[in-house]
This record gives sequence, C-alpha cells and structure tokens, in this order.
Amino acid sequence: MVYAFYPGCTLHSQARGFRESTERSAAALGLELRELPEWQCCGGVYPLAQDSLFPVLPAARNLAAAANLGAPFVTVCSGCYHVHKRTNRLIASDPEKRAQLNAMVEASYDGSGEVLHLLEALRNELPAGELAARVQQPLTGLRVAAYYGCLLLRPEDELQFDDPERPSILEDHLRELGAEPVEFAYRSECCGSYLSVSAPQSARRAAGNVLNSARKAGADLIVTSCPLCFYNLDEQQPALQAADYDFQPLPVVYFTQLLALALGVWESPWYAEEHRIDPGPVLARFGGVKAAGD
Amino acid sequence: MDRIGVFVCHCGLNIATNVDVAAVSEAAAAVPGVVWAEDYKYMCSDPGQRKIVAAIKEHELTGVVIAACSPNMHEATFREACGGAGLNGYRCEIANIREQCSWVHTDRAAATAKAIAQTLAMVEKVRGDQSLVPIRFPVKKRALVIGAGISGMQAALEIAEGGHEVVLVERLPHIGGHMAQLSETFPTLDCSSCILTPKMAEVGRHPLIKLLTRSEVTEVGGYVGNFTVKIRRNPAYVDWSVCTGCMECMNRCPKKVPSEFDGGLGQSKAIAVAFPQAVPYRPTINRDACIFFNTGRCKICERVCPAGAIRFDQEPEEIVEEVGAIVVATGYDLFDKSRVGEYGYGQYPDVIDGLQFERLLSASGPTSGQVRRPSDGKVPEQVVFIQCVGSRDQEKGMPYCSKICCMYTAKHARLFRHKVHDGQAYVFYMDIRAGGKGYEEFVQQGVEEDGVLYLRGRVSRVFPEGDKLMVWGEDTLSGQKVEIAADLVVLATAMVPRPDARSLAQTLKIGTDAYGFFSEAHPKLRPVESLTRGIYLTGAAQAPKDIPESVAQAGSAASKVLAMFSSDLLEQSPVVVEVLADLCRGCGLCVEACTYGARELDPVAKIARVNEVLCQGCGACSAVCPNGATVLRNTSREQVLNMVGALLEES
Amino acid sequence: MLLSVKSLRTEDMRRLAEISGEAVAKCYQCGKCSAGCPLAADADVPPHGVVRLVQLGQIEEATSCATIWLCAACRSCASRCPRGVDLPRLMESLRAMVLRQGSPVLHASQIPADVLARAPQQALVSGFRKLSV
Repeated sequence: MVYAFYPGCTLHSQARGFRESTERSAAALGLELRELPEWQCCGGVYPLAQDSLFPVLPAARNLAAAANLGAPFVTVCSGCYHVHKRTNRLIASDPEKRAQLNAMVEASYDGSGEVLHLLEALRNELPAGELAARVQQPLTGLRVAAYYGCLLLRPEDELQFDDPERPSILEDHLRELGAEPVEFAYRSECCGSYLSVSAPQSARRAAGNVLNSARKAGADLIVTSCPLCFYNLDEQQPALQAADYDFQPLPVVYFTQLLALALGVWESPWYAEEHRIDPGPVLARFGGVKAAGD
Repeated sequence: MDRIGVFVCHCGLNIATNVDVAAVSEAAAAVPGVVWAEDYKYMCSDPGQRKIVAAIKEHELTGVVIAACSPNMHEATFREACGGAGLNGYRCEIANIREQCSWVHTDRAAATAKAIAQTLAMVEKVRGDQSLVPIRFPVKKRALVIGAGISGMQAALEIAEGGHEVVLVERLPHIGGHMAQLSETFPTLDCSSCILTPKMAEVGRHPLIKLLTRSEVTEVGGYVGNFTVKIRRNPAYVDWSVCTGCMECMNRCPKKVPSEFDGGLGQSKAIAVAFPQAVPYRPTINRDACIFFNTGRCKICERVCPAGAIRFDQEPEEIVEEVGAIVVATGYDLFDKSRVGEYGYGQYPDVIDGLQFERLLSASGPTSGQVRRPSDGKVPEQVVFIQCVGSRDQEKGMPYCSKICCMYTAKHARLFRHKVHDGQAYVFYMDIRAGGKGYEEFVQQGVEEDGVLYLRGRVSRVFPEGDKLMVWGEDTLSGQKVEIAADLVVLATAMVPRPDARSLAQTLKIGTDAYGFFSEAHPKLRPVESLTRGIYLTGAAQAPKDIPESVAQAGSAASKVLAMFSSDLLEQSPVVVEVLADLCRGCGLCVEACTYGARELDPVAKIARVNEVLCQGCGACSAVCPNGATVLRNTSREQVLNMVGALLEES
Repeated sequence: MLLSVKSLRTEDMRRLAEISGEAVAKCYQCGKCSAGCPLAADADVPPHGVVRLVQLGQIEEATSCATIWLCAACRSCASRCPRGVDLPRLMESLRAMVLRQGSPVLHASQIPADVLARAPQQALVSGFRKLSV
C-alpha cells in the first residue's frame, strides 16, 4: 500500500537514524512510503490559543498535499503526528476555520483524509503474528522500556491513538519483534519537551525520572518515537551521571531502529554520533550493529 | 340562564406587572352571562377564596372562571372553595394568565389583550360545563415492596404494622441489602449487623409479610389500587421448605468461587449462603459455577444433605400478585472502579473500593475483621483513602455528589486507626460534606483523636512500585505536591443506580433521571411519590442518601400507602371520556389511539367501552372518532369551538 | 486583596477569555492537575493556583509567575481534569498575553552553543513557538 510519508524536518538532520531505519523497514515490509513533495515543518507543537490560524497553516498545507497524492498521511515523529492529527480534526469539524485555511493555502481539503502513525499503519497491514513471521533476527531476551511520551496519547478524544492510562500498541509491536517490553510507571510522563532549551534544569529532572523508572523496571534500553524525547532522554545522561552517583545510563533508540534490526535490514553506519549513550553493546548480540568507533 | 363569575388575580406583581388586571376584569364584565367580575391581589389566599364563596352565594353563580396561575398550582384549592359554597367544583375553570401570558411576554398592551382573550375563552367553556362527581373505585389493600434492603424492609414493616399484607420481593437469596455488608455505621459506630438483624428477623417472621427472595418483578399491569404483578422466583436448586440450614452442603462443596458478598475478596462455594446471619438462612446453588451443571459430575451436596433437600431440577416459578400500591426500594450500586484508568482499571489487588474495605473491617468478613492487604495478607501501615472517585466528575458522567462518601471514608479511616495502632490514614478530599446529626463532630474526632491526616486535593495517579502503591496527590491548602508510598488504597466510588433500574422503570411505567435514579413527582414537596399514582419511591434508588434518610423515606412512603388503604374507595378525576352509544359504529379506531389501554370493543354490543379509571382524559380517542361518538367530559366539541370563537374575536 | 465588580471584570479578563475560550469558573480547585504535573516541582505557583489567580481576576499575578513558562503542554492535567478544563490552553493564552506585548521570553542568545549544535530543530522550533512572539 502507498503512503504519503511525512518525515518532518528533524528526520533529515539530527535524526537521520530514525529516517533511515524507517525507510528500510517499510521497504522490507512492502509499505511504499512516498515522501511528500514540498512539505513544510509542522511547527513542532499544536497551537492552543483560539484566535489565530497561522500556526496551523503548514500542517494544513501538508495534509492537502497528501490528499492530492490520494494516499494516507503517515509519519513516525510523535510531534508531527500530534500536530497533523489535531489539525486534520480541526479542518474536519470547524467549517469556518476550514474555509479560512483552504483559502490561505489555496487548497480544497475537507479533513477526511487519514493521519497515521507508522505503528498504526503496521498494525493495519500486518495483523497480529504477521510481523513476527517476517522477523529475521528475533530480539529475544532484550528488555525494552516502551516510552510513549505525551504527544502520541493526549488528548485522547482527538488522537485516538491508544488508551492514555494503559497503552499497549508499542509493547505489542515490540513483542512481535521478539523483545520483552517492561512495564514502567513513567512511560507516558513528559520528557521535558522544549524546556531543554528554555529551562534545562527542569527538563533534566523530568528526563531523569523517566530513565530511573525504566531502569528500576529492569530495562536494557528505552525506545521512543520522537526526536525531541530522544534528545532529552539521551543527551541529559552524562549530566545526570555527574549529578547523581547512582544514576545508571540507559541507551535510547528509535523504535524503527529496533524494527530494522529485527528485520535484518539494518546496516552500519549506525549514526553513532547521534547517540550520547552508545546502544552498541546492548544490541551487539543481535548482529548488524557496530559499536561506536567501529 | 348563565350566571358566571370572573375573578382576576394580580398574583402580587407576577401577573399585574405585565397584564392590566383591571382591564381584564372590565372586559369580562361586559360579556353576556357574566354577572360578577372583580380583580384581587392574591385569589388563592384566605380572603381571596372568601370573596369567591361570597360571590357564588350572593349572585347565585352557575359557573366560575379564575384568571390566575397554572391549574397545577391551585385548581384543587379553587374547586374545593366552590364546592364549599354550594357550586360543583367542575364548574370552576382556570385561565392561566401567568405561566401562559404574563411570565412569557413583556409588551403590556399585547399581554393584556391576550389575557382577556384567554379569560373570555374560559367563560365560553364554563357555559357548557356539567356538574361532575369524582369517580370512585375499590382499592386492594395489599402492598408490594420491591427490594429488601434497609429502606424496603422498613417500608414493609411499617405497612405490615399498619395491618395490611405486604409482598416483599428481593432479587438476592437473602435480605438486608448493602447494609448487611457494612461493618459499623456512622456516626455512632454501631455494629451494622447488630442493628440490622433484629429488623431482618422481624421481616422474616412477620405474619403479614410475604417474603419472596430470589425473585424479580417481570410485568406490571393495572392501575393504582388494582395492580397485577408478575414475579419470577428464580430457583435455588434447594427445597428451602425441607432444608434445615445445617450447611453441610456448603462445607463439603469442592468448588470455590469468589464471594460476591465480600466484594470478591473472600471465598465462597458454588452452593452457599452469603453470610452467617442471612435471612432466610438457606443455601442457593450458583448455576454458572456448579460442577454438576457444567459437567454433569459431582453432586456431593446431594449426597451429604441429611434432609434430602437438593433439587437440581428446580424450575423458575411464576407468581402473580394483586396489590393496591407498589413501593420501589431497589437501592444502589457502586461505580465500577475498573473504569478508572488513572487508578489502575481495577487491576491492582490493593486498590479496593469502600464496600470491599467494609468487608475487611467486618468480623464476619474474609479476614475476620483484621485489616490485611488483598495481595499478600500483610497488615498495611499506610492506607490512602481517595474521595470523589467518579462523583462530582462530569467527565466520567456523574457530576453529582454521592452524599455518603465523606462520612464513610471518615469512618473507615477511624476504624483503621482503631485496629492498626501504628498505622497512618490519609484522606484526599475536595470538600467534607457532613451535614447530618453528629456527623461533623464525628469527622473532627477522626482528625483530632485518631490522627487521620486530611489532604485537600485530588490524586492524579496510583501505580505500583515494588510491593507498594505510589500515590501522587496534591495538598492545595499548602500548595504542595504530595507523594505517598501506600500499602493499601481505598477508593470512595460514586453511588450509581443499579444496572436494571431503567428496565424496571419501564416495567412500572415510571420515570428515571439522566443517571437512572427514579424520578420523584416533585423534588421538594413530593420526594417519595413517582409520577404514577400508587407507585412510591424510597431509599438510594431515588437518589444517593444515607441510612437515616432511607429509613425516614420508607416511613413516609409507608404512610402514603396506609393513607391510601384507610378508605375502601379511591377517588379519581371524572374529567374522562364517555361513549355515546347511539353514535358509535364499533370501528375500533379509538382503541388503537389510546396509549393507556383504557378502551376496548365490547364483542357483544359491538361498541367501544371506556375503563374510566385507566382513562387519563387526553382526548386522543375523541379526536380520531369519525362519528363524534366519544366525548371528553366538560370539553365537548361545542365548548371547544366556542372557545376558539372567543379567542379569534378578541385577537 | 480588595475584590470588587471592577476588579473581577477587567479588559484583561475579557481578552484572556477571548484568546483561550476557557471558562475558568468550571475549575473547583481540586488540585488533580497539580498532583500529576511533571514540572510542578519547579513551579512557584502550582498549576491549579494559576487558575485560581485568574478566577480572582489577578491576571497580572498570573502572567508574572514562572509556572506558565514551565508548562510543556504534556496534557497530563487536562486528560484527568474532572471538569474538562483545558489547562494547557489557559497557560498558552497567558503566555500569549505577555508575548504579544512584544517581549519574547526565549532568546537565541540564551541558548548555549552545544545545545544549539546538538538539539533537534524540533526543540528549537517548538521552544520559539511557545516562548517567543
């Protein structure tokens, strides 16, 4: 099936590992991801003030472009998913704003298109067991903390991605890969988000709570679906180590990187420079991943 | 010769502000046949009524029109007044110039013209009114009480003490309802069973109470004074008349099941009696759990029963009862905590609700009255009580307050501290609602003498960490986040109507509100009556309330039943339809049109007949009759056309 | 504090209602939002306290606290609020009232060089969207 793929800006710069692993995995599974021509940065956050439409213009334009392609809009970045899904809802439900947006971006989109996260697309295309059947390198014995963050789950009524108090889509996916998801209390607590640039101490504490919770639950590594969560969780770890003697580092990877590994389509380079905490040692036993410096 | 009197009420400023009442009175006086017209400040008051009486006598009035508020308010008042003066009350009509005029218009000139039109239309109606006598019909002096919790039992006892037979129907095999599950009651900390069992025993042995447990009402027909009720008595698979209550069957039954009475915390058997003081003290087989019913094997109970009372082939019984009044006392349920995601969806064994905690406290409970964690049986040191779980929460669909939780949580916290001297109790609350007698003092004692720590704020999340439960709350009074590693968490879940309440309401043809609580006729002045005459409401089935209120309401409902039974005949409004036999062709259209089942075709005479008692006087039949053979008393076609004429003339 | 009809019905209140579309009267100060807020520990006024300030008409105080700049819009509060109050939206509207005066809170010069180098532009774009004009 063909999808209108929206990578988002970060996937082309600081999160190339995310993008490459996504593209390779999709190809291996028969999902055709066609990158949207002429896409714009979604803005990263969904504007909450009621009285201005400008912040959702780029998302509206992207959605119209996907509709023109005639394919469902799919992305892997939590932030992009959040903004586009909510913008889509806004267009579908508010006739006045729909008219204004369409006029501004010179389109005639009605909000009826689908906005999917890759996990949803995978679940649709490969019902339970079918993904497991394609796994070349089962991640047996790998204990993974599935970190959802907040942007995928809330607000529940608009996103309808999963149950915010008890989500399972990411854990189900990890089990298909043969991994062992561990339940940890902070799996949908905020990582600090953009506070890493404005209030780094607060962001560090939030990230530290998430990492400690995952470690306490016995995780070997933590997966995420958002470059900002990735940065907050990964980048803060040396500082956390310096501040707290008992802090144990925990490697962070994108869920698509594990997917690519399990499907046997991951090759080096590993984009080691994107990871502060090297996941190489934890993943080495599954082959295909070279530790930093190799 | 018409001699009509017209009385226009100011209703203080309610009518007089927007309607020129003097002008209405003048306009009425000018109408032929109207021999007296006056206006007055408050027609319903004593002097107002005396004016009507005086005018009737002095001017020998043959009809009276009162232009005032809605008939719902004072129709009965004015009809009585006329009757007292010697004029048949049904020759008194009311023109509603308040709710239907002055309260909904602001243009004084237009409102006055409309009030005049309304009044003159009623003058035309009263010209054609006949003197009528209320319909009287016999009443069966037996009552049905549905539900044998504290409220139902109390109602049954009071009606029985009044000398009348009561059929008391209870869904469960035993009586006592939720009160039987309680350990102690606030604010006296009386042992619940100690105060309840005497009542249960009285109900069990009262000669005038016919107790039907394991029973449900399936169909109700008839009308006030003459209800026909079908009851299904579910099988116990044990012949209770032969059984001696030795409970050897229960002792020897190999199939363990979670005890419903203990909220799933304790164990029962597939054949069991719910608790040691149950009335009737007889066992019932849970068909879904029973090994014999599922596989055809076992039958140990049958073998060990010394009385030979086991009856696997027992069938449901259909019982029909004729009663004159019905009291609904079906009680409440607790909001299902598995719907609360932030507190674990019912998955964490040490997050329990109020009734479950009662069972832990109860001496006859699964832990013999010791407070122990369901997960590992350890005595908890830190117990967190969370109030308002589901209540006051419009997002969960229950914006109302459940009224009892502040009190029972205070009770729980205090009892926990009495039993676990080194323990600490925390209560997260938003407000404390302690309005009953002795209630506020009870809560304060908990704070001052038992060291219960009250934290004003709600809990965002409860999640397990190791063998503890982390509670994230807030103390808004000091503006601080609060984190507690609890051993046990007790949720004060909302009181909700029982899941079968709505279907019972349909069976009885009474109303429920948006949440499923049965609707009372008037929230202030008629709290124990439904809108269906003869059917009364009591207890938590009508709205969340505590035991004293449930008992008081039961008394109130019982007194209404006893009042109904105090005469042999009941009265009903005579403003119903009658059939003009000469004009009726027996086409049957009226039978179809009647939604109250009050009409039928006489197979011999081949004309339609009306059951005057079922007829509600809606007029649907008279509208569809092609021959004009059905007439609504005091609302004939001629009268209606004359009224229309008067309205059109004035506008 | 002196309360009066004038102090409760100010232009600022009207403006805030217009930007946010939120009826703050709904909030009954239960504190469930503050209880679950991951950033509340660093806040000077707890989240429910910010709502209280608005309820009292004290917009000046509400826009001066650190809390509104610490909100990451994670929606833990809004998803559990029993009254359906959209607190992130209120926070953003309070920020908007300050930012639209023309003074951004986040300056590029404030951000250390190594953060600028490694942070994903998602962080920078989001940050500037929320914290500057």
